[in-house]
Amino acid sequence: MALLDIKDLKVHFPIRGGLFGRAVGEVKAVDGVSLSIEQGSTYGLVGESGSGKTTTGRAIIGLNAITSGRVMFEGKDLNEGGKRSLLNARRDVQMIFQDPYSSLNPKKRVIDIVAEPLRNFERLSAQEEKRRVRELLEQVGLSAETIYKYPHEFSGGQRQRIGIARAIALKPKLIIADEPVSALDVSVQAQVLNFMQDIQKELNLTYLFISHDLGIIRHMCDHIGIMYKGRHVEQGTTSDIFHNPQHIYTKRLLAAIPDIDPTEREKQRQFRAAVKAEYDQAYRDYFDEEGLAYSLRPISSTHLVALPGKGG
Amino acid sequence: MWKTIVRRIFIMIPQLFLLSILVFLLAKAMPGDALTGLVDPSLDPAALEAQRERLGLNDPWHVQYWNWMIHALQGDFGQSFRFKMPVSELIGQRIFNTIWLSVATLILTYLIAIPLGITSGRYNDTWADRLITGYTYLGFAAPLFIFGLVMLWLFGFHFDWFPTGGSVKPGVEPGTAAYVFSKIYHLLLPALSMALITTVTTVQLLRSEIIDTKQRDFILTARAKGASESRVYNRHILRNSLLPIAAFFGYEITGLIGGTVFIESIFSYPGMGQLFLSSISLRDFSVVTALVLLYGLASILGALISDLILSIVDPRIRIK
Amino acid sequence: MEHLTTSFRIADRYYAAVDDVTLTVRKNEILAIVGESGSGKSALAFSIMGLHTRAKIEGHIYYKGQDLAHLPPSKLNKLRGKEMGMIFQDPLSALNPLMIIGSQIEEALLLHNDMLTAERRKAKVLELLDKVGIPRPEHTYQQYPHELSGGMRQRVVIAIAIANEPELLIADEPTTALDVTIQLQILELIRKLKSDIGAGIILITHDLGVVAEMADRVAVMYAGQIVEIADIYTLISNAQHPYTKSLLSSIPAASAEKSRLHVIQGIVPSLQKLPREGCRFRSRIPWIQEAAHEPVPAMHEVSPGHFVRCTCYRTFYFPKVDGKGADYGAS
Repeated sequence: MALLDIKDLKVHFPIRGGLFGRAVGEVKAVDGVSLSIEQGSTYGLVGESGSGKTTTGRAIIGLNAITSGRVMFEGKDLNEGGKRSLLNARRDVQMIFQDPYSSLNPKKRVIDIVAEPLRNFERLSAQEEKRRVRELLEQVGLSAETIYKYPHEFSGGQRQRIGIARAIALKPKLIIADEPVSALDVSVQAQVLNFMQDIQKELNLTYLFISHDLGIIRHMCDHIGIMYKGRHVEQGTTSDIFHNPQHIYTKRLLAAIPDIDPTEREKQRQFRAAVKAEYDQAYRDYFDEEGLAYSLRPISSTHLVALPGKGG
Repeated sequence: MWKTIVRRIFIMIPQLFLLSILVFLLAKAMPGDALTGLVDPSLDPAALEAQRERLGLNDPWHVQYWNWMIHALQGDFGQSFRFKMPVSELIGQRIFNTIWLSVATLILTYLIAIPLGITSGRYNDTWADRLITGYTYLGFAAPLFIFGLVMLWLFGFHFDWFPTGGSVKPGVEPGTAAYVFSKIYHLLLPALSMALITTVTTVQLLRSEIIDTKQRDFILTARAKGASESRVYNRHILRNSLLPIAAFFGYEITGLIGGTVFIESIFSYPGMGQLFLSSISLRDFSVVTALVLLYGLASILGALISDLILSIVDPRIRIK
Repeated sequence: MEHLTTSFRIADRYYAAVDDVTLTVRKNEILAIVGESGSGKSALAFSIMGLHTRAKIEGHIYYKGQDLAHLPPSKLNKLRGKEMGMIFQDPLSALNPLMIIGSQIEEALLLHNDMLTAERRKAKVLELLDKVGIPRPEHTYQQYPHELSGGMRQRVVIAIAIANEPELLIADEPTTALDVTIQLQILELIRKLKSDIGAGIILITHDLGVVAEMADRVAVMYAGQIVEIADIYTLISNAQHPYTKSLLSSIPAASAEKSRLHVIQGIVPSLQKLPREGCRFRSRIPWIQEAAHEPVPAMHEVSPGHFVRCTCYRTFYFPKVDGKGADYGAS
């Protein structure tokens, strides 16, 4: 059984307008997303701005209201059980945010930041709490003496590790990481990514990794879902997506990744021109009248593509 | 565009309704009623009661409110017991004096605020800026009525440069040039006194807007285009900084109301503010309620004007 | 041949964000300046354009024989926007929110060519909008910045920068705020401009992928200094400086799936804490012997046109991964 199973998730936001601010329409931020993640694996959700990837992540953890669809965590529907089951799930599902500068309260000390989830869910004595925070900080590679410091005394990479320490404090099963390294420099990015891989092995964590950077996604993920305008266009293992992309949008996204080998420039240019020509020519076949992707259909046991035709 | 304006005006309806109820209930809560001041206290209580019944003063409050509203909408606010004349007529005599005073104050406020704000913001952290900022702090700290008194004493009595009361020289024929000049002459000192104090908010606002705009990226773009410093200031920084000032205009009107109440009393200037204070002390309640209602209306209109200005000048809010 | 040498040093009070940098950009060439935040690469670009209002600039910036660092503002304004254009990182904040797109581009024309009539100017603006790939120039002319998408806004910023066909174009992280597919379009546009107007382009970025796609030559900056300069092929295939090598091995895109990334120990020192003496990268490669560094690191030419700072590159090696502390630079 998958740890997280999302079926046909929809998150629509109303557009208010007219004289009295009635809802005159809606933005389909997430429009029928299904995915499942196995325990201990990493699922990468990729898309450009406005694709709905962040909204999906926020809807799972309950930060955005779900319009319809089911979010099953360990086989239980997070919407059905009411507040209580959501609360329990919150223990097991934690989030790491994009900006390590704004996601930590600048007026709180490290010990208060990291202990916050502990205080919400567990009753610990001050002594125990301090011990746990020390352990957590050591686990994320920060010196245990730093517990009384404030966020501004740390570098970007260190702050992101404090954010991670907070996220793993309750020993969660699933971590939703929303662009966890995009605000960081390359060398610091590497620190955080390595570290995330380490604690994944150590704690048997499951990641939902949201990013626009295909390089990082490829490096981190087992399974990948490509989103476009609130829908999946393609879903598969990392190898399916990178070695055998089927949807024209996926191909276009992959072709746009900067190539580190300057000797390949001419080849890349021709390849991109070819991909773009295919995209322009086949656009009508791959998207419906509203410019949205069709439903996913399996082309192998792991690989699903939004191919034209009736839903699969 | 029109939609925004219409929607904004729609929002005013409940505001006005609430305001009128509040004013009415306040008036009701005050001791006595419309009859108390009108009739001879030695009158027979039974006859008084009959009179009350006839005037509808024993009806439930919402019926009374309704009647009052209907009359108020027709401009009938009842009688002033002090002047023994209709309140509307009384206010009508004075409202223009207050409007002229307010207009003069607004003009002076901006005449002072814009050059000072620009100098202060453009050359921030120079001696000129420190001087101007120092003045604004003084302005924030000085109470208007004390400052008004000082001005009156200094320029009215000590130097005898300005008249110390009234809105026009007695005996001047209305409609003549001399009448207009006399009006302006009487306005100048109270308007200046008020402007010198109220302008400091605008100076500070403009200063911080300019300092803020100076550091925006599009200023770099303008410089990178090769625009000279003066062009960068006039075309980019100033235009963008004046926007919030323009939007603040409506609230400025609201602020003036409080100012005129004090200033008119100090300078014995026959406007609504002076009438307001004297009516309160003499418990001329029908006048007070009418004035509170008018002031409330002016505040709501002020806020409306601010919103409208903003939606006209700021393309980000403007809806096509 | 146009020739620009920038050899200067700016000091904001006591701290030099750009410290004794000597660089040359030629016509029809893309020179990339790579570095992480705090390396001084943006400060360098701003100095060339004279956009620092409160910095002390020392040294010389020669553009066609004129020293930009000591040019009076009126003369500098004649060059800015005409012969030198700049593209900024954040296309939303780089445009005046209260002016329509058309007049913002027109301003650049107006400032340097008062001979143009209003109609000719407008025609030129529409032409520029078309050139940078905006689909409906007439319509966009009347629009405000907030009505455009990020990619479109960046095209407008580029249109402003190239309005007077500059000979030097400075692009400061032009695609950092954009999505990958849009990034590709903007980069292609910049590349096309190079061949169309034959301008010299300084591309400032932290993204080595972008550099590999675009640059002819690359200068790597660390802590205000240039640590390595080479042509792009040499730099990618034969990087010498420990910092360049470390950067290259920490990019996830280049490594195999699910492998470990190299991590540079420690953090980029802040401006006030920059080591001012000796090799500035020394503290981040502590396993290299002190004797490997030069007391006053100089640029060494390892092959024609390929310069490396400090002698430590000769003995540099990557450490073996020993437990996790070193691997993500524990504090």
